[in-house]
Amino acid sequence: MELFENIIAHYNHWVTIFLMVAGLYIVVARGNMVKKLVGLSLFQTSVYLLYLTPGKILGGTPPILDPNFAVYSNPLPHVLMLTAIVVGVATLALGLALVVRINEAYGTIEEDEIFADGEGGE
Amino acid sequence: MKFDLILRIAAKLLIPFTLLFGLYVQFHGDFGPGGGFQAGVIVAAVVILYAIIFGLETAKNVVPPIVVETMIPVGVLIYASVGVASMLLGGEYLNYSVLEHDPAHAQELGILLVELGVFVTVAGTMTAIFYTFAGRGR
Amino acid sequence: MIENLPALQIVIPLLGAVLCALVRHGGIAWAISTLVSWMMPVVAGLILAQVLSDGAISYAMGGWAPPFGIEFRIDAANGFVLLLISVVGAVIMPYARRSVGAEISRRNQAWFYTMYLLCLCGLLGVSITGDAFNAFVFLEVSSLSTYALIALGKDRRALLAAYQYLIMGTIGATLYVIGVGLLYTMTGSLNFVDVAARIADMETTRPILAAIAFIMVGLSLKLALFPLHVWLPNAYAYAPSLATAFLAATATKVAVYLMLRFLFTVFGLHATFENLPLTEIFLALSIAAMFGASIVAIFQENVKRMLAYSSVAQIGYITLGIALANQTGLTGGIVHLFNHAMMKGALFLVLGAVAFRLGTVKIEELAGLGRRMPVTMGAFVVAGLSIIGTPGTAGFISKWYLAVGALEQGMWWLVFLLVASSLLSVVYIGRVVEVVWFRPLSEKAEGAREMPLDMLVPTLILVAATVYFGIDTSLTADIASSAASALLEGVK
Repeated sequence: MELFENIIAHYNHWVTIFLMVAGLYIVVARGNMVKKLVGLSLFQTSVYLLYLTPGKILGGTPPILDPNFAVYSNPLPHVLMLTAIVVGVATLALGLALVVRINEAYGTIEEDEIFADGEGGE
Repeated sequence: MKFDLILRIAAKLLIPFTLLFGLYVQFHGDFGPGGGFQAGVIVAAVVILYAIIFGLETAKNVVPPIVVETMIPVGVLIYASVGVASMLLGGEYLNYSVLEHDPAHAQELGILLVELGVFVTVAGTMTAIFYTFAGRGR
Repeated sequence: MIENLPALQIVIPLLGAVLCALVRHGGIAWAISTLVSWMMPVVAGLILAQVLSDGAISYAMGGWAPPFGIEFRIDAANGFVLLLISVVGAVIMPYARRSVGAEISRRNQAWFYTMYLLCLCGLLGVSITGDAFNAFVFLEVSSLSTYALIALGKDRRALLAAYQYLIMGTIGATLYVIGVGLLYTMTGSLNFVDVAARIADMETTRPILAAIAFIMVGLSLKLALFPLHVWLPNAYAYAPSLATAFLAATATKVAVYLMLRFLFTVFGLHATFENLPLTEIFLALSIAAMFGASIVAIFQENVKRMLAYSSVAQIGYITLGIALANQTGLTGGIVHLFNHAMMKGALFLVLGAVAFRLGTVKIEELAGLGRRMPVTMGAFVVAGLSIIGTPGTAGFISKWYLAVGALEQGMWWLVFLLVASSLLSVVYIGRVVEVVWFRPLSEKAEGAREMPLDMLVPTLILVAATVYFGIDTSLTADIASSAASALLEGVK
């Protein structure tokens, strides 16, 4: 019962961790390079929640000074995550561009097919 | 989709208003939600919509790739020059307060210019990404 | 302008990258990058001189005072790293014109220099910043440009290497940013000094412990600590020669610096080495790296790959210095950071020249090359001796400090391991030396000539540095020592 209450009280963190682990699992378990990037993107996205949810204060307003309000939400996580989103977009775009080039060079984007002929160099 | 009348007319109706909305988001950034990043993406979305409806080649005639690829560094250049200007005027890098006599106005001017840089770069980058992926493998 | 030096350190490469992207001409882009790269050591030198005479510098970005704004904070430790990166960048640039001209298609040359300058900007940014999140952004600026640099390699395997590095590097950066997020949730601050001040009474809480774990694992991925190094050999082997030399000399070093900063300044000795078994973990992984990677290096056919594995082993020495966590050991680690940059830079430049003349770096194709390229291969031998740690070379100095540091901790057995792992490097360096000097000429080596002067001079400068810093240690060891004490003191 205590565990259950714990989950309810921190449900935002449970969602975050679920997304995080799901993303990481896709990166590890899938051989398709595009799917790997989807997983990677999911993994990165979970971080946005990690930052944003503690920044919101229940009943808090946007941080614009006003005599009627005393409680403000923290704006800094939003700024940080805007930057992280840009980084994520850039990573995803670069990753997809690499996959396109790999597809042109190898004719496949399945890792096991590429590594089957010893291309990994190991 | 070149010959689909409904799509063509709808796109023609949508494009100017979306562009206008992009500019609104850009210049409303200091009063409400908005800013260069969002505006840049909206403007890039217009180009992408145009390319999807009227074809990539037509879009490239309207917004040539060379323009798009120049926009990326130019935006960064605008941003960096604001910083350099504030250094030359005696403040720290990107300290907008020294840009004008009144610090409050100077902050507004500074963020406006930096957001303009962001706008140019983001619009250029997003369009460039689309052009590169769409033009591949034909 | 003098008070704006910390900003200039970042802004000049950024502006350079913008100009390179605008001109889109390989030759002009090279001129711009050379100019920028030569300005960097001047800026870094001035900053370091100021730090050594007056103490740490703090620079408030945008005029927003720390801890609220982004602070650039330079003490002896990162002043030294800044100088290291700048010097490597400046030395290799004259080499770049021919090497890049031969390996990168004309259309992409300007982009290559743009990416190089962005990478330089990112690496300098990570070293200079005093803000945990800003460090993440700069880390990703440098990493993203690194992926692009690697993908510009001629071999199609370069694409795979870049993709693998992208996946691993992004996981590393994301783990780091998760750690920073936990830290921020707990302390409400991102400024290194401010976090350090607030963390004292909560250093055993679970979120902070998790933050330490996330940040350490994330940075270990970036610096290629032994079991997390799998991206490194392919990335170094298939990247363009110049990119390999630059990255091997700088990229992992910056991640090491950031790790040092977190271990000693942010979390502090008490929260890390005294409360957690970090010494044991780092010792085990470092020793595994020193032996495991060296043994793998011995069996490589591609010399570039061999040196890449050797880099993993050498990173083991640096982390060994961190594991010792005493003044001498840490000095050894930081000196090795510098010395390894010099000698690996030199070795990869030599291989770049071989690739320039022969178009291959397969070991059997190099047979007898010493007779055709005596100066180049002589440079390889000297830098190789430094990797082994022969007295009179820079490599000896760092291993000496590490050994003394180990003895101070009462770990005399570690000295034997240091010597034993050096013997392994004798084997892999010796293998190349044997092939190059004592085998009959191979067909490919027949037509080879000495490398051109503008490539030779940068290589020889780095080789000379490995010898010079092996004899006169006043510059490296003394600065490293004050960097080590700056780190060990933490924030008082």
